[in-house]
Amino acid sequence: MDLTAEQEMVVRMVRDFAEKEVAPVIKEYDRQHKVNREALQRMAELGLLGVCLPVRYGGQGMDYVTLGLVCEELERVDSSLRVVMSVHVGLNCLGLLQWASEEQKERFLVPQARGERLATYGLTEPGAGSDPAAIAATARREGDVYYLNGEKMWISLADVADQFLIFAKTDPHLDPPWRGISAFLVQREMAGVTTGDIHGKLGVRAGSTGWISMDEVAVPAANRIGGEGEGFKIAMSCLDNGRYTVGAGATGLIRACLEASVKYALERRTFGVEIGQHQLIQQMIAHMKRDYEIARLLYLRAGWLKNQGVRNTQQTSLCKWFATEASFRAASDAVQVHGSYGYSDEYDVERYLRNAKGACIYEGSSQIHQLLQAGYALGYRDDRPLRCELPAYDAALWQEE
Amino acid sequence: MHIVVCTKQTPDSAAKLAVDDAGHVSWGDSPIVINPWDEYAVEEALLLKDRIDGDVQVVVISMGPEEALEALKHAIAMGCDRAIRIWDEAFAGSDTLATSYVLARAIEKIGDVGMVLFGKSAIDSQTGQVAVAVARRLGFSPLTNVIKIAEIDGASMTAERLLEEGRQVVQAPLPAVVGTTKGINEPRYPSFMGIRKATRAEYPLWTAGDIGAAADKVGAAGSGVRWERIFAPPAREGSAEIVAADTVEESARILVDKLLAEKVI
Ligand SMILES: Cc1cc2nc3c(=O)[nH]c(=O)nc-3n(C[C@H](O)[C@H](O)[C@H](O)COP(=O)(O)OP(=O)(O)OC[C@H]3O[C@@H](n4cnc5c(N)ncnc54)[C@H](O)[C@@H]3O)c2cc1C
Ligand SMILES: Cc1cc2nc3c(=O)[nH]c(=O)nc-3n(C[C@H](O)[C@H](O)[C@H](O)COP(=O)(O)OP(=O)(O)OC[C@H]3O[C@@H](n4cnc5c(N)ncnc54)[C@H](O)[C@@H]3O)c2cc1C
Repeated sequence: MDLTAEQEMVVRMVRDFAEKEVAPVIKEYDRQHKVNREALQRMAELGLLGVCLPVRYGGQGMDYVTLGLVCEELERVDSSLRVVMSVHVGLNCLGLLQWASEEQKERFLVPQARGERLATYGLTEPGAGSDPAAIAATARREGDVYYLNGEKMWISLADVADQFLIFAKTDPHLDPPWRGISAFLVQREMAGVTTGDIHGKLGVRAGSTGWISMDEVAVPAANRIGGEGEGFKIAMSCLDNGRYTVGAGATGLIRACLEASVKYALERRTFGVEIGQHQLIQQMIAHMKRDYEIARLLYLRAGWLKNQGVRNTQQTSLCKWFATEASFRAASDAVQVHGSYGYSDEYDVERYLRNAKGACIYEGSSQIHQLLQAGYALGYRDDRPLRCELPAYDAALWQEE
Repeated sequence: MHIVVCTKQTPDSAAKLAVDDAGHVSWGDSPIVINPWDEYAVEEALLLKDRIDGDVQVVVISMGPEEALEALKHAIAMGCDRAIRIWDEAFAGSDTLATSYVLARAIEKIGDVGMVLFGKSAIDSQTGQVAVAVARRLGFSPLTNVIKIAEIDGASMTAERLLEEGRQVVQAPLPAVVGTTKGINEPRYPSFMGIRKATRAEYPLWTAGDIGAAADKVGAAGSGVRWERIFAPPAREGSAEIVAADTVEESARILVDKLLAEKVI
């Protein structure tokens, strides 16, 4: 499972960026609940916001595995950076690559891939999270225009992004209800769009999470992604890519916990020896090491399947579920290894713990992933072909100018 | 005109170095990277290329075995036009004297060189001698500790050197050797395009024969330094104390007393 020379150079570049430009300041942003807009700008300049998109759509032409590697390196320093990759690249850009028409790709994907327009994904509502078929937002068609009404909640970058992939019901009365959902590319400039941030979050405090309110927002029919009623399938296939970035990122978080714990265990002494000598400390470190390697293999496999153009809903869900739960355990153990110092924000591990929890909830809570895995194992679930599949990675095609 | 950047590979600055009883130095599985100071030299070369009118090519060179490719690749990924590795079994064991000879011969072979850029020093051996030695061998103006290249045209340049006493403004005819220092610029990260170019670029190898190097000037034979013994310095023992008092003035007074008692000031 060797990385290519290109992938290794990308890893080093992203690591350098995150260590030099974000690590020194992240604690302060997190304390102040402030988005590090400069880091966002730098991510755009470095091309990270279009890393695995074809050059002809404004991207950098790398493969899906590289997307995972970038997420691992970013979340090793802070989850808020990886969240940007998840919503902008994973949930939105890759959704457009898969489902948007050529004309829509030119209009929406190109500026996003270049990092000129920041994008996010709005599915969750105050009354519907795990059960998105129950969303209440509506899209009423009048001629060539849809009028969108409703409220999206818990949306990452709600207050920062320029473009939103919004799911709303074009037919609120269909049974089963998921068949009535359609997807729209909504832009911040559209009249009737207002957004705000949610305050008092446990984690990702250096990230923006908020609400999007839509009041009679006139969205041209040309902004509908996919067909009417295809929204639910689009939403789910976006999650196949978003969850991949979350799993890869959580892998980086486990690595951060491991590195911090090893360092501390070699320095701190109790009962006359460094605490690394105590077997119960070793056990926590052994678990982190094990989980890091498993999580990494799981995301590399999912990325490899994406490169091959093979459907990977089950493998990606498993990766996301395992990696995020493991990162929460790792972060909790990392705090433990650090003793009372780990309980203060003098060290980074308490931030890791707060950040890790969120990922066990968003992009399919751990419970939802267990249902999925059991469903596949029991034969209750299987994945049918989609009208539009995520295209397999083709280096020549991706890098064509 | 060619601008040449000399670079070498080093273990990552985070590497834990170990020395065994026979004096062999190792750094575990830590990656080999471009000497961090050399990134400033590469960046400056790229900036100069944009500043100077006419056809300017940035050529990055390194004398070293296979691992030197890492440094060259990084420089290409940042945007250098081409890279040349210079190596020959006969170069093994070269000290700064022999290294400077090899680099100078290679620079002569490249030809039409207006400037040769160096890092401040290599983070492993850290002598800072190679730049001046190359300048001397080529008869180029040697400017070290350069913090700013204020003016440059095809024939001469004005630079600011960072000295302990302050900044010194100097003028020199080209060709010149410039030793860069931290702060001269902010090195860019490799771009994705650059990374692809770097992994596909050709890295020609020049041997002793290619640069017409004399056998007695390279490797151990051409070196003046003999390494009697290599050992890790004993770990520094030290302790820290936090001066705590009710007021800042009080803390400062205690601190000054302690510094006087320790004869630090
Ligand atoms: C930091 C953060 C960022 C987010 N970013 C986005 C975003 O960018 N876009 C977006 O659309 N959403 C986003 N979300 C929302 C997130 O996806 C939802 O919160 C998540 O899907 C869970 O929905 P819920 O909060 O409504 O919980 P609920 O669905 O109300 O679930 C409550 C509890 O019940 C459990 N549960 C639910 N159904 C079942 C079941 N069938 N069996 C067993 N247990 C069940 C859940 O696991 C959970 O423990 C974000 C959330 C957070 C915290
Ligand atoms: C494979 C190898 C084997 C060695 N074996 C011996 C040995 O047996 N005996 C011995 O005495 N020393 C040996 N050395 C050390 C070597 O002589 C010095 O590392 C080298 O001369 C550079 O000196 P420095 O590190 O002090 O560089 P400095 O003078 O501190 O470096 C200043 C700048 O010079 C440039 N530069 C330095 N070296 C090179 C290079 N090779 N190619 C291109 N640019 C360069 C860079 O821009 C660097 O920033 C060896 C080095 C290597 C890489």
